[in-house]
Amino acid sequence: MSDMPNTALPAGTPAPNFALPAAPDRSLSLESLRGKPVILAFYPADWSPVCGDQMALYNEVLPEFKRFNAELLGISVDGPWCHRAFTEHRNLHFPLLADFEPKGRVAKEYGVYRNGEGVSERALFVIDSAGRIRWSYVSPIDVNPGADGILTALESLSGRES
Amino acid sequence: MAINMGSKLVLPVGARDHVQGPATAPVTLIEYGDFECPYCAAAYLIVKKIQELMEDELRFVFRHFPLTQVHPHAEVAAEGSEAAGAQGEFWEMHDLLFENQRTLDAWHLAQFAHQLGLNTRRFVRELEEGSHRGRVREDFLSGVKSGVNGTPAFFINGFRYDGSWDIEPLLLALKSVAAQETTASKTVGSVA
Repeated sequence: MSDMPNTALPAGTPAPNFALPAAPDRSLSLESLRGKPVILAFYPADWSPVCGDQMALYNEVLPEFKRFNAELLGISVDGPWCHRAFTEHRNLHFPLLADFEPKGRVAKEYGVYRNGEGVSERALFVIDSAGRIRWSYVSPIDVNPGADGILTALESLSGRES
Repeated sequence: MAINMGSKLVLPVGARDHVQGPATAPVTLIEYGDFECPYCAAAYLIVKKIQELMEDELRFVFRHFPLTQVHPHAEVAAEGSEAAGAQGEFWEMHDLLFENQRTLDAWHLAQFAHQLGLNTRRFVRELEEGSHRGRVREDFLSGVKSGVNGTPAFFINGFRYDGSWDIEPLLLALKSVAAQETTASKTVGSVA
């Protein structure tokens, strides 16, 4: 797969479509969310402490994302059963997608896969209602990037689209 | 020093805030905290010690950042501190909550209110009606927009402090900012 980007896709790029399991028996495609902004939050793994805090934070900020009519999707290489256990344990109210088979394929298409470790970067993408990336950010892997960047991107998006 | 110039406080300290220490203090420490977070309970003791050591050199502000899906009592505790604040006893309740972190359910909160000599009926009514929910959310969102990514989060004179909040490094950071500010104001004074 040598045609995969090796850095995070920048603002202005069309967001590659994907369909990934959102549950053991249900798949979700990016295209099906066309018409509203989408936040993709790639993270290395369920259960690791920083991810936990990051997802817990997004869980709390969710009403704010909804104010912009935005959908939040968490993505890691963990399988759907692992995601289900993590979601129940942390009481998460947004889907976690399993980039599990072929492993890390979507992370690779977005340029945020770490080959050595076999996990994705801690990377954020804000995609507009037409399916174009409007903001992307790769955080140091052990640093929770917070939600301020996402909110700023959503604000400027709603300014532009309204 | 571990002050993150990229993460700036979006809501300046104002009349809405709960403040300890003089407005003229050269350094202001803001904490975004959660009464049910064990790290915040540890930080509570450290901040108290630092306040004793720095006296009038430090102004301290507490804002709410409850992670309600992880800490089931964090929201009611935050609203309880505000309900106590509405009767002039915010800091007394703030201290009690951190000192009794394992018992933050509504029944215990009412006991704390009674212990502080508050009008308990009013206190309970305000909790039931969610009178302070908007205020707590406002604090929370100001934190999110300022780049708070977990608790406790500290801002020193408006910039996020990303260093360790053990007593020595935090005290050192605060003292060096205080020293810079004092020198700066003296320089301005001598020019004028």
